[in-house]
Amino acid sequence: MAEHADGEEEWARIAEPNWRGLGLTDPIKSVEDKWLLLPAFLKVKGLVKQHIDSFNYFVDVDIKNILKANNKVTSDVDPRFWLKYTDIVVGFPDRTDADAIDKSVTPHECRLRDTTYSAPILVTIQYTRGKTVVRRANVNIGRLPIMLRSNKCVLTGRNETQLARMTECPLDPGGYFIVKGTEKVILVQEQLSKNRIIVEIDTTKGIVQASCTSSTHGGLKSKTYVATKKGKIYLRHNSIHEDVPIAVALKALGIQSDKEILLLTAGNHEAYKSSFAPNLEEAAKLGVFTRHQALEWIGSRVKVNRRVVGPRRPAWEEALEALATIVLAHVPVHGLDFRPKAVFVATMTRRVLMAMDDEKMVDDRDYVGNKRLELAGQLLALLFEDLFKTFNANLKASIDKVLKKPSRTSEFDAFNTMQFQGDHITAGFVRAISTGNWSLKRFKMDRAGVTHVLSRLSFISALGMMTRISSQFEKTRKVSGPRALQPSQWGMLCPSDTPEGEACGLVKNLALMTHITTDVEEEPIIKIAFMLGVEDISLATGAEIYGPHTFVVNVNGTIIGLTRYPARFVSNFRRLRRAGRFSEFVSIYINHHHRTVLIASDGGRICRPMLIVENGRPRVTSEHITMLKQGQLSFDDFLRRGLVEYLDVNEENDSYIALYEKDIVPGTTHLEIEPFTLLGAVAGLIPYPHHNQSPRNTYQCAMGKQAIGAIGYNQLNRIDTLLYLSVYPQKPMVKTKTIELIGYDRLPAGQNATVAVMSYSGYDIEDALILNKASLDRGYGRCQVLRKNATLIRKYPNGTFDRLADAPVDENGQTQKKYDIIQLDGLAGVGERVDPGDVYINKQTPTNANDNSFTGQAATVPYKNAPMTYKSPVAGQIDKVMITDTENDQTLIKVLIRQTRRPELGDKFSSRHGQKGVCGLIVNQEDMPFNDQGICPDTIMNPHGFPSRMTVGKMIELLAGKAGVLAGKLQYGTAFGGSKVEDMSRILVENGFSYAGKDMLTSGITGEPLEAYVYFGPIYYQKLKHMVMDKMHARARGPRATLTRQPTEGRSREGGLRLGEMERDCLIGYGATQLLLERLMISSDQFQVDACEECGLLGYNGWCPYCKSSKKMAQLTIPYAAKLLFQELMAMNVVPRLVLDDA
Amino acid sequence: MASSSSSHLPASVFNPRRHVGVHAERVSDVASTEFPGHYPGEDHSWSLAKFKETLKVSVKRLSQRSVEFDLVGVDASIANAFRRIMLSEVPTLAIEDVFVFNNTSVIHDEVLSHRLGLIPINVDPRLFEFRQDIPLDRNTLVFRLNVTCERIKKASKDGPQYINEYVRSGDLEWVPQGEQESVFASNPPAATNKDIVLAKLRPGQTIEMELHAIKGVGKEHAKWSPVATASYRLHPLILLNPSKPVPPHLAQKFASCFSPGVVKVSPDGQVSIDERHLRKETMSREVLRHKEFEGCVELKRIRDWFIFSVESEGPYTPESLFPESIKVMRGKIASIREAAEALLADSQDLGSGSAPAASAGPDADGDVEMA
Repeated sequence: MAEHADGEEEWARIAEPNWRGLGLTDPIKSVEDKWLLLPAFLKVKGLVKQHIDSFNYFVDVDIKNILKANNKVTSDVDPRFWLKYTDIVVGFPDRTDADAIDKSVTPHECRLRDTTYSAPILVTIQYTRGKTVVRRANVNIGRLPIMLRSNKCVLTGRNETQLARMTECPLDPGGYFIVKGTEKVILVQEQLSKNRIIVEIDTTKGIVQASCTSSTHGGLKSKTYVATKKGKIYLRHNSIHEDVPIAVALKALGIQSDKEILLLTAGNHEAYKSSFAPNLEEAAKLGVFTRHQALEWIGSRVKVNRRVVGPRRPAWEEALEALATIVLAHVPVHGLDFRPKAVFVATMTRRVLMAMDDEKMVDDRDYVGNKRLELAGQLLALLFEDLFKTFNANLKASIDKVLKKPSRTSEFDAFNTMQFQGDHITAGFVRAISTGNWSLKRFKMDRAGVTHVLSRLSFISALGMMTRISSQFEKTRKVSGPRALQPSQWGMLCPSDTPEGEACGLVKNLALMTHITTDVEEEPIIKIAFMLGVEDISLATGAEIYGPHTFVVNVNGTIIGLTRYPARFVSNFRRLRRAGRFSEFVSIYINHHHRTVLIASDGGRICRPMLIVENGRPRVTSEHITMLKQGQLSFDDFLRRGLVEYLDVNEENDSYIALYEKDIVPGTTHLEIEPFTLLGAVAGLIPYPHHNQSPRNTYQCAMGKQAIGAIGYNQLNRIDTLLYLSVYPQKPMVKTKTIELIGYDRLPAGQNATVAVMSYSGYDIEDALILNKASLDRGYGRCQVLRKNATLIRKYPNGTFDRLADAPVDENGQTQKKYDIIQLDGLAGVGERVDPGDVYINKQTPTNANDNSFTGQAATVPYKNAPMTYKSPVAGQIDKVMITDTENDQTLIKVLIRQTRRPELGDKFSSRHGQKGVCGLIVNQEDMPFNDQGICPDTIMNPHGFPSRMTVGKMIELLAGKAGVLAGKLQYGTAFGGSKVEDMSRILVENGFSYAGKDMLTSGITGEPLEAYVYFGPIYYQKLKHMVMDKMHARARGPRATLTRQPTEGRSREGGLRLGEMERDCLIGYGATQLLLERLMISSDQFQVDACEECGLLGYNGWCPYCKSSKKMAQLTIPYAAKLLFQELMAMNVVPRLVLDDA
Repeated sequence: MASSSSSHLPASVFNPRRHVGVHAERVSDVASTEFPGHYPGEDHSWSLAKFKETLKVSVKRLSQRSVEFDLVGVDASIANAFRRIMLSEVPTLAIEDVFVFNNTSVIHDEVLSHRLGLIPINVDPRLFEFRQDIPLDRNTLVFRLNVTCERIKKASKDGPQYINEYVRSGDLEWVPQGEQESVFASNPPAATNKDIVLAKLRPGQTIEMELHAIKGVGKEHAKWSPVATASYRLHPLILLNPSKPVPPHLAQKFASCFSPGVVKVSPDGQVSIDERHLRKETMSREVLRHKEFEGCVELKRIRDWFIFSVESEGPYTPESLFPESIKVMRGKIASIREAAEALLADSQDLGSGSAPAASAGPDADGDVEMA
């Protein structure tokens, strides 16, 4: 019911005319309006659906698989005892307080109270109690932090009213966790795909190698190489000391005859045959002819990590086990049938031979089709498996401990033991997510920085964070390959949104319509493949595999069989997929170079939807869209009816996709839904990005995240460490379709400033802006900064506790000025103005808080003041005071202090085109130029910003904005579309303006007309978070560091302004010795020392302790740091001696 | 008076020295050249008689809130001075001090105060003095804002649900101080526009504040500016080239390059300028864009014909703003005159009284006066 209501609201909004006067409910002429599928897609999928889908998959499916793999706990002591997990479910988030009546909890409460938004993990167990088998359901084993808006979240499926009741913003995308009150995102991690062969060539060393990282469920990963070394091919694996000649490896895998080896690797290709021949000789030279010999050879070189003490096994057995379970673990070995694995190794070898023959046959590591994205669900699954295994190990240990006791008073009940297992799982999750350290020794995983605090600087920064992808590559490596824009990123990853600097190109963002797959079971897929006529690989010989018309069929990297009719097989397979017989996320494509058909159903592939084109016509017709607008069809129906399908990068490369309907030719297989979806959510804010120089769009992507605006409908209910809000945010005059889809028009960050592009006063050089004082008076650029100040009122172990006190009174009955705003409860009143130095929490701590031997009355102990004082140089107001209890019953007080700021000289502004600038001058309105209508600009921008930046999009934005103002409606600047300049000019002329957007202005100073026409109109300007007030700093005298006695560093410590090396160099070059001396010593750490002319060591009070004399002591002034150095050297047994001489 | 003068433009309008050239990509002759010494043999020294002859002020349009009038025959500096004074130096009253007793609305105290400050108040500022330090009934106007939102008990479903859902400028309650009650009895002080939304409330939320409005000028803060805007534009002039007439088949296109009504097209395709409607021309320069009209027409503006447009915010009637600005200007001139006279008196004092001492030797600065 709730979902239904929500849906209606959503549809009502989408159905409003919003683009070229069209809404979803307007009649559709052709499939031209196919972009309407985009809101439909976002309605089902949403912007952060990848995170949520992944988490849902973990909670609903994967967690059960993990349980199944670890479902039994037995005892070493009592063989009759067993405990079995039969089911696992994750409940809904609830309150942990034992005495709470209302157990329901909202995410916002968790944010405010610094608690974790988590749900219990409940298992069903069966175990033996004495001779009976007991079953218990809903046993709590720990708590799992819940992703917002996932299946298990209370916010899912709620409408705006219900969300408002829970103080939650309907535009908030969810997809993050709340752990100890902070919002944490598990970033998407990019990796090379698993279980696939990657061939690389090292041209400097002349090495060709095929590698494959095997990963099976259970997590153990290992990498196998087939590489050339001195012209011969070897198999290399970590568990084998020495490289195994490939012929030996294949013989060990059961391919005994040389002829068969040759056929499986080189086939009938003469060039391959001749380059493979030496390998057969190598095996013969080593005296390896039979399988047994090969196993012996390998067995003696296998690394044995024997834990169980038992009889030593023969070498061949070791080799057999290693080959079956460790080398290429993902290729199944059933009942010692090594055939599939042999074929796999042979394929790897063949790929090496192919690359040796033709350098073009290597794979591209940076190709997006070879990448897999790891999401929150997968990371949590690994974490859970690790924690669960430890939990079970601990459980087993404590069960053993009890069972070991010879006589027990009562019958042993494992359930009770389980209750006392502590919160290992809960704490493990909380620790991992809040620190971001995924160190799972069991899976050889040690990653730091997996999670990040969700940036709430602006709505866009939060959204941008949810679509971010971080790469595993080291940032320090100076390689261009992984950083470069890959053609295969088209439509999947945003080409503009990447940071500048060291992480450039390594941190990426998803495009608007991308989806990341989750695992799909592969057994049914394999069955379908066989049903469609694939022949089992175990039945094929080398001659058949590499026969002229055969294609090898792979499922998720494992070779399953052969087909002689690849095109027919693929089209049949696709037909089944479009009919919905199996998951729409299974991809299939033909690789003609390798003569393979590849089917992929693994998780982490990037894919996006596309319209299917058949017989030169898109299958989606206007009727379908009519039904879509009437709500009879949803996006999923489009999928189910085979009108739209998801293509992953590999399948996309095997398709012929038309960008527009007019581009459809007979061979076309698909049609793009909308070209602007190739940009991400953040780049989608830029109007006319296709007219800008590309780096400008990238700069805007970085700056859009720093813009001050509205961050959520619940922004005034939040108590964040630092929150920037705009007082009067406006929706942009020039919107894009993306803006509407992501809701930026409802949570904007900027204002439509009337801009005159002209030079004014000289205070506008280097991109500085001139602002109109009257505009500032009227609220332009006004923003608020809210800062959280929190403290705990603690209870100490010795029984004492902190307390709040009212303002202290001196002997005259007066209170000090700084306690003015403290009320009787010891806290500042809400709404009071806080001046610098004022106390807003008058906390007192017991003097003996840490004295654990104290046993007296807690109420009688002496207290000392520990007040919280306001430190900012500018007054603020108390916005909110919150008192609550944390999870461990400490009283938590949060005070939110707000400052309202008006723009001042030096504040940073930016348009949406990567054109940032600081305010250089604030000019009175009467001094501003004005046009015939009497309009004066809010901002004057120097025209020198244009020629070198080439941000033509900004100029068009101005034109479209001006036309929009005159016509009384919003214009569109959507990428690869948007309002046309010609139309905009026409509107201008119709309203009596010059077509070019240039107005005749009159100088406000002289009153005479300006001799040039000025480009004049509205441009959306963002105020960025960098404000002078937070940065300005100067010092004459101030604190010094204790160790070196030099001035402290940094604004926060009221530090000095450093005269650095380069400045020093200048002074040396100039010869200003006295100035140098003054800057570097006298004004810094001047120190008087006594030194002995005799021994050259330092003394004191005119006495040399080394010479035991005061004869030749001299006083000199040196930097304290130098004195420190001498003493530290002496401590290291180095004698620094001063040679003193009169100058 | 307006109709008689504008049907036929005075001949002096066609004097090229009065023209500002409006070209496709630039504006020419923006500054006046008629100053002494510029034209050989011409006397352009200022004369009151000539000034009286050329100066014309005529109101073209007057409404409740705005006025459009022509000011002809002054230099741009003078016209601009009046514009600047109207924007920033004609005093008005605006709320400056806000005493918040209670504010449980979502809008913050300082933001609400800022909004309150910007409300135009309908009080004649001439009745007030500038506040020096203490608030008195002669310099401060006091308002009260007490609004509490409540739910309407028996509200219909689609009607309003709440009482005082919006706090509007009309909710300001004037609290008369001292003699104010009698002075403003006929016209009680209030906001000029009663419908400005100041805040939105929900049941249980309340705003309780006292507001002090004082007199100030727009220079200090835009809230004291008496105008929404005051500006001028120069009178447009379109000169058709008799030697290159507009081709008749393009006459309609030619006419559409100008504001409606400016260009008349006769039935036979002859183009002429309707001088009565010339002032409507917005100077979009569209005609200069088309190759076929090259040389047909020249766009000009008359340098000393200022079409003023003033939008009043309330305290002053629109027509009184210009005289008010003249008053401020005269005040400025008076103070300069006073200062200049004082200076003159000083130097005369020096010249007569201390002349012997000065000639005796070097003065305090060490300068020696040359003979």
